[in-house]
Amino acid sequence: MIAELGHYALVLALALALIQSISPVLGAHKGDVALMKLADSTALAQFGFVALSFAALTACYVMSDFSVANVFENSHTQMPLIYKFTSVWGNHEGSMLLWVLILSLFGALVAAFGANLPATLKANVLAVQSWIAAAFYLFILFTSNPFRRLAEVPVEGRDLNPILQDFGLAVHPPMLYLGYVGFSIAFSFAVAALIEGRIDAAWARWVRPWTLLAWMCLTVGIAMGSYWAYYELGWGGWWFWDPVENASLMPWLAGTALLHSAVVMEKRNALKVWTILLAILTFSLSLIGTFLVRSGVLTSVHTFSNDPARGLFILIILMVFIGGSLALFAWRAPLLKQGGLFAPISRESALVFNNLFLATACATVFVGTLYPLVLEALTGDKISVGAPFFNLTFGPLFVPLLIAVPFGQLLAWKRGDLYGVAQRLLAACAVAMVGLAATFAFEGTQAVFAPFGIGLALFVMAGAVTDITERTDLRSLSLATIGRRAAGMPRSAWGTAVAHFALGITLLGIVCASTWGSERIVALKPSQTVSISGYDLSFDGMVRRDGSNYRETAAHFTVRKAGSVIGVMEPSKRTFPSRDGMSTTEAALLTRGVSQLYLSLGDNNADGSIAVRLYHKPLVLLIWLGALVMALGGALSLSDRRLRIGAPKPAARILAQPAE
Amino acid sequence: MTRKQRRLILIGSSLGVLAFAVALILSSLRESIVFFNSPTDIADNKAPPGKRVRLGGMVKMGSVERGYDLQIRFDVTDGNRDIPVSYRGIVPDLFREGQGVIAEGHVEPGGTFKAETVLAKHDENYMPREIVETLKKQGHWQETAAPNAVPVKASAK
Repeated sequence: MIAELGHYALVLALALALIQSISPVLGAHKGDVALMKLADSTALAQFGFVALSFAALTACYVMSDFSVANVFENSHTQMPLIYKFTSVWGNHEGSMLLWVLILSLFGALVAAFGANLPATLKANVLAVQSWIAAAFYLFILFTSNPFRRLAEVPVEGRDLNPILQDFGLAVHPPMLYLGYVGFSIAFSFAVAALIEGRIDAAWARWVRPWTLLAWMCLTVGIAMGSYWAYYELGWGGWWFWDPVENASLMPWLAGTALLHSAVVMEKRNALKVWTILLAILTFSLSLIGTFLVRSGVLTSVHTFSNDPARGLFILIILMVFIGGSLALFAWRAPLLKQGGLFAPISRESALVFNNLFLATACATVFVGTLYPLVLEALTGDKISVGAPFFNLTFGPLFVPLLIAVPFGQLLAWKRGDLYGVAQRLLAACAVAMVGLAATFAFEGTQAVFAPFGIGLALFVMAGAVTDITERTDLRSLSLATIGRRAAGMPRSAWGTAVAHFALGITLLGIVCASTWGSERIVALKPSQTVSISGYDLSFDGMVRRDGSNYRETAAHFTVRKAGSVIGVMEPSKRTFPSRDGMSTTEAALLTRGVSQLYLSLGDNNADGSIAVRLYHKPLVLLIWLGALVMALGGALSLSDRRLRIGAPKPAARILAQPAE
Repeated sequence: MTRKQRRLILIGSSLGVLAFAVALILSSLRESIVFFNSPTDIADNKAPPGKRVRLGGMVKMGSVERGYDLQIRFDVTDGNRDIPVSYRGIVPDLFREGQGVIAEGHVEPGGTFKAETVLAKHDENYMPREIVETLKKQGHWQETAAPNAVPVKASAK
């Protein structure tokens, strides 16, 4: 009964989405306020029905209703309660339901909080949002119905894939989807602006907070996914350049570019056409990401099952939306008026530089990810493009970008003084040089790139600090002035500085963990000791215990440093009887400051020894910490008074007429 | 500075960056792509010795031998030909006899495949697409073993 209710609610949401696809556009065209207003109610109701549908599926999971095929395939009565909630989206059908839940949530948010938008713009935005929603409701209802019933009701479920039985599943997919789908708002605004043929600085001010919100969630989602892969897959790596990871990195790169170009548009009314194009491309990359992950063309942890019909359906959605929006862009973009002028050395140019490099980096990832698929389709050759390709192309493109970050922050709008900025960055440069020289002296010529990486990270961080000290006039040495200036500084300026500082943190983590990390793979017998980077780990023996739906064999290790005990590590292997004895490796982590010891178990050998893989990862936590601080910078910027209160009214009060 | 000049600078620098990126992509693609091979491909010497390739197939039943110091040897088969593989290290959780596996490494002069990485699947119901196709080509694929087959009959409701 509950499952049917959920199914029915989804059908109703589809009906509402179809109405909302047409009526506001008609209303905006004819100037009919009632038709335009209709979209507000349908957007809210749509969210209500999808939420009901999602709640119904969740209820089926919590009550372990195995007559629903989806629950039977992915749940188990003995599974801890939190996983019964998270396994709702730990499968193809449920994760698509989460996708549309978030999509309709964003639509409802625009309807609820878009009171100060021009009526026609709001109507068109909600209509475009509904086109996307309708396409995905159809996709779910026709190819991926999560409420399908089984004719015979099984007694017990087949359990969730053990790899997914982790807290990471509670955070990673929802955050990632909030990011992916959040970019749909920027897309809808862009398409609505193209339909109206009119765009101004106020438009950018409305789009920016939505983009910022999506970008923050995507940043956290990617970082969480990376950390999860790091501790769960047992390989000790944090980024594999796996196509599915790339699928999330591409919208992030494009979204980061969008964030920066929207600033130019908002402040200087320039780069309009490019910003519109980026908004379209960013969401297109989100759609491509969804296609790559959900269609089964790629093999990865994220692929749940293969069904050609699904792939074809998403491919059609993809072509209609990307092709349609780009065609609309080609047709209508020439109508948009050119914006303000700026000199080649200016804040605007620095942001163009940023966009250029981010977009190019995104394009190289795109080529590396899709080349194998295209090649296979054309020639039948199966290849894989691995980490070396991405390191060789991505690295050289990111270096100039990172060097430019502190300069861009300090350059003035319209016409900047590069020499003056360089002078103000002398201190930051000195910090970087000291870091570089110290690393060089310490390491010699063993690690060629490390000194430069450290220097670059310090430069980015010191550059962000310089920005703050300049703005707060720290050199005046008057506490009152500093305090007043710091308080008076716009939150978005703090946000910029914090996010850029975080970029340095992440880079520092990457350089340190990859340069000075060490790895040992050994076979150990009880009471034997293995040493790594000054830590001694002695293997005390095996411990067996039972979990709720698994059996666990853990190896007990005592960790000593310079003779004194500093901790215990218990890496384990879990076997899941409900999954035909499928086993997972649970790595043990010992955190010391922001560095970690990482220990994971291999096989038992015939001679009674166990294989272990041991890593020392110096400063590794900085990688994810940096991402979190980056998102915090975004949050600071989002809380800026300017964005909270919204755009000044004049532009909104002119009764907009469709440009013909 | 006129709008035209500004635009020229912008387009010029964009093209410069793009050309740089294309050069990077072309030079690194040549070095870092890895071809996927079935055991039959390897046996037919499609992969020159020493070149980095991927080998995919099933771990042959009864072929896994574990040696001293984490050495492991096994045969990868596609039902037609078997290729001996040697590896030192820890194999993934789902590495088992009779299951799909992908090994990345190179063919040694003696014909043994020396693996540097061994990948297995992440889900016991799931078979990497490359391996399915390899098995299909050799006629050893049974649809009953299809991924995510539901043992009980499903209704369309």
